[in-house]
Amino acid sequence: MANVVLITGVSRYLGGRFASALSKDSSIERIVGIDVVPPPHSIGRAEFVRADIRNPMIGRIITQAKVDTVVHMNVLATPTAAGGRVSQKEINVIGTMQLLAACQKATSVKRLVVKSTAAIYGSSPRDPALFTEDTGPKTMPTSGFGKDSVEVEGYVRGFSRRRPDAEITLLRFANVIGPGIKTAMTDYFSLPILPVPMGFDARLQFVHEDDATAAMLLAVRGPAVQIVNIAGDGIITVTQAAAMVGRPAVPIPFGAAYLGSLVRRAGLADFSTDQLSFLSYGRGLDTTRMREVMKFTPRHTTREAFLDFADHVPPVLPGADTAASLLGRAAGSALQSAGGLAGRIRQVAG
Amino acid sequence: MPGTSRDAFAAGAARAAGERRKRSSTPLVPADGMPPLPTDEARSAPHRPVPQVTPTASANATTVDAVVRERRPRPVLAGLTNVGEATVTQLPTTRGSDRAAGSTRLTPARRTGRRTHREGLPIAEGALTSAVSAPDTSIAPELSSLAADQPTAATRVIESAATAEAAGASAASTVQASTQASTQASTQASSQSALQASPRVRGDRTGTAYRSRARTPDQAEISESLLASALTQQELTPDIEDIVAAIIGVLRTVAAASGLGADEVEQAVARTLAFLRRRLTGDYSVDDFGLDSDYIENIFLPLMRVLYRQWFRVEVRGIENIPAEGSALIVANHSGTIALDSHMVQVAIHDEHPAARHLRLLGADLVFRTPIMGSLARKQGATLAANSDAERLLSAGEVVGVFPEGFKGVGKPFSERYKLQRFGRGGFVSAAVRTGAPIIPCSIIGAEETYPLLGDVKVLARLFGAPYFPVTPTWPWLGPLGLLPLPSKWIMEFGEPVETARYGAAGADDPMLVFDLTDQVRETIQQTLYSLLMQRRSVFS
Repeated sequence: MANVVLITGVSRYLGGRFASALSKDSSIERIVGIDVVPPPHSIGRAEFVRADIRNPMIGRIITQAKVDTVVHMNVLATPTAAGGRVSQKEINVIGTMQLLAACQKATSVKRLVVKSTAAIYGSSPRDPALFTEDTGPKTMPTSGFGKDSVEVEGYVRGFSRRRPDAEITLLRFANVIGPGIKTAMTDYFSLPILPVPMGFDARLQFVHEDDATAAMLLAVRGPAVQIVNIAGDGIITVTQAAAMVGRPAVPIPFGAAYLGSLVRRAGLADFSTDQLSFLSYGRGLDTTRMREVMKFTPRHTTREAFLDFADHVPPVLPGADTAASLLGRAAGSALQSAGGLAGRIRQVAG
Repeated sequence: MPGTSRDAFAAGAARAAGERRKRSSTPLVPADGMPPLPTDEARSAPHRPVPQVTPTASANATTVDAVVRERRPRPVLAGLTNVGEATVTQLPTTRGSDRAAGSTRLTPARRTGRRTHREGLPIAEGALTSAVSAPDTSIAPELSSLAADQPTAATRVIESAATAEAAGASAASTVQASTQASTQASTQASSQSALQASPRVRGDRTGTAYRSRARTPDQAEISESLLASALTQQELTPDIEDIVAAIIGVLRTVAAASGLGADEVEQAVARTLAFLRRRLTGDYSVDDFGLDSDYIENIFLPLMRVLYRQWFRVEVRGIENIPAEGSALIVANHSGTIALDSHMVQVAIHDEHPAARHLRLLGADLVFRTPIMGSLARKQGATLAANSDAERLLSAGEVVGVFPEGFKGVGKPFSERYKLQRFGRGGFVSAAVRTGAPIIPCSIIGAEETYPLLGDVKVLARLFGAPYFPVTPTWPWLGPLGLLPLPSKWIMEFGEPVETARYGAAGADDPMLVFDLTDQVRETIQQTLYSLLMQRRSVFS
């Protein structure tokens, strides 16, 4: 049972949410949150320690506070959050390396919980419809967050090999979405016009930010479950998502790479090539282990999670909902008049 | 001086050692816990604030107010142009000052029509208040009191509102409305200003008339830009209504022309409209594999039915061999250059089977890599021909269709028609055995004759990254017309199911068993093809 919990990346949105959610659990004696910048939000009763996980000092924090559960949430998805790709990679890969080295040394550490991502599965036309935890990627992520996450998982595997007594829970999250979180996906779907790769309609899967926090809580307090995919039920396509946020999708015919550089160069959204192939081919996660082994049920489906996000972005396509309601009304009245006609015909016939 | 440098090194080393000692001795985490950070209790505000019109509008109002209050003590009649210019220099926003610079030129014209404005005011004011949309109510009294206050109010409204123009589009629409209203009022009511503004007095070179003429394009420019920024939903609605009305009209005409009864016409129109609404709002669902039943029912099947019934006149035999529920693996021969046979099997199983089941096809990864084709295939319920997907579908109790010949089957020359190619590596059999799903052989004749493949241009195929580039009697000679399939008569026969449940899941790992079953299925299909061909009297009837 977790007694002293150390949370990395506590100044980031999900880290803060998780810290304040964990604070409500009185059975946990102490929560230490570390990050390089002070948290801009409430982190509950977690004690903030300004430290960099790339620094060996992290080991001393763990020993001094007698941390028994380490929650690693400091893998950055976007280079802008870190101030460039170089430092993003540094924080993600070197940071994890240092953190896990410290954990390996500290005998007090009994459990490691890592927030990983489904991006490690990559995205290609040769993918199965749904990835299970033991399916390897058909094409290895070649850049950015996905590649970093693959390396992070490599270090976690190494840690579990060298510290077989420590319990590991590694959660691979589908894209986290919700009214508050800001990711490359939310940036993209907030654009007034959505450039989409022409001729593709990727399947997207989301997990609501509240569900993501709940899953992390369960990973800390429940039994250790090793690797588990976390995603909301169901799938929505890019076209559907564009319709749900009320934005016109403009197909760009020059392939995903071109679209990526276009979006990136225009500074519209922070898109790596992996995220672009994700927009072309999509990805689905098999959540059987989440239900049966971890016994976690997300409260929001993919659709509900996305709708919750869509309700919080201002509409830009004027008249889309008007047109829809008009169509709905017209359909209703057409049906009515059809019914009326049928009745009249029956009367005449009778 | 070596000594000094050595000293410096020593000092640095001492400093560094001291730092390290200090670093390792100070506890990073206090033993009794740190005082909690002064944090705000409120959850961090949503990073993407919903645009709130009201605060902007009130800010707007204060700007207007400020400008007005600032201007009020000045002698209004002393020289309006001056006042206007004075305002320009004091305007807080640069964008606003541009606008104001434009509007100063309006001022003399206003002066000539001063009397008129007094008459026109009620109209202008009415227009104002009506034009002001709900969030702008804070600004409305301000403006109308202004308008009532002084004859030059309209000018002021323009100027002050132009100052605040950047603040909100709705405010901008107000300005536009007010300028238009006051212009109308002035031109209608006052013969003097009407004369000056009318083209008949264009020759008149008095300053006022010149300025009043100069005003017109200016104003048009302003109102145009404002209109563009102020296109609100209310203004768009009539257009959309028109479009919807037009769509309904077209649908009615088309439906009526296709020979439906009045009753059916209305129902068809209603169905189409409801479909359009769902598409526009994303209010439809796709399953984990991307199957979009809304699209299949409303677009795919209706289109394919025309080919199925009128063009190929497909005759289906043995449909009862497909179970009404539970999984089944349909294995069929593949032919016809363009894989129309897969679509026709899909229609057959949906339309002829009493349970109206959706066939889940397994496609090569090339299908999913190709734009448009890939996304349509997913929408139709196809997924990647891989064991994981096949087994997932079969365990979910779906009817899965597979064409084990793959591109070798569709791209074979016409001379080899109805000769089955190699049946892949038998992956489909192991998937069926592992899930215990019956294998139903399906033999299709007629598809080979739709596009008789006479040649294959390898160079072009390589260029397009396609497995083959077909040459048929009509393609590419007739251009797009060559895409029209020949109207051959099709027969589709579903054979006796081959039960696999008795082998158990372990059977899937026995390659010998898998080869045997693959051969058995292949032979069944080949024999059925020959017997069907013998029964066929002509290709086209």
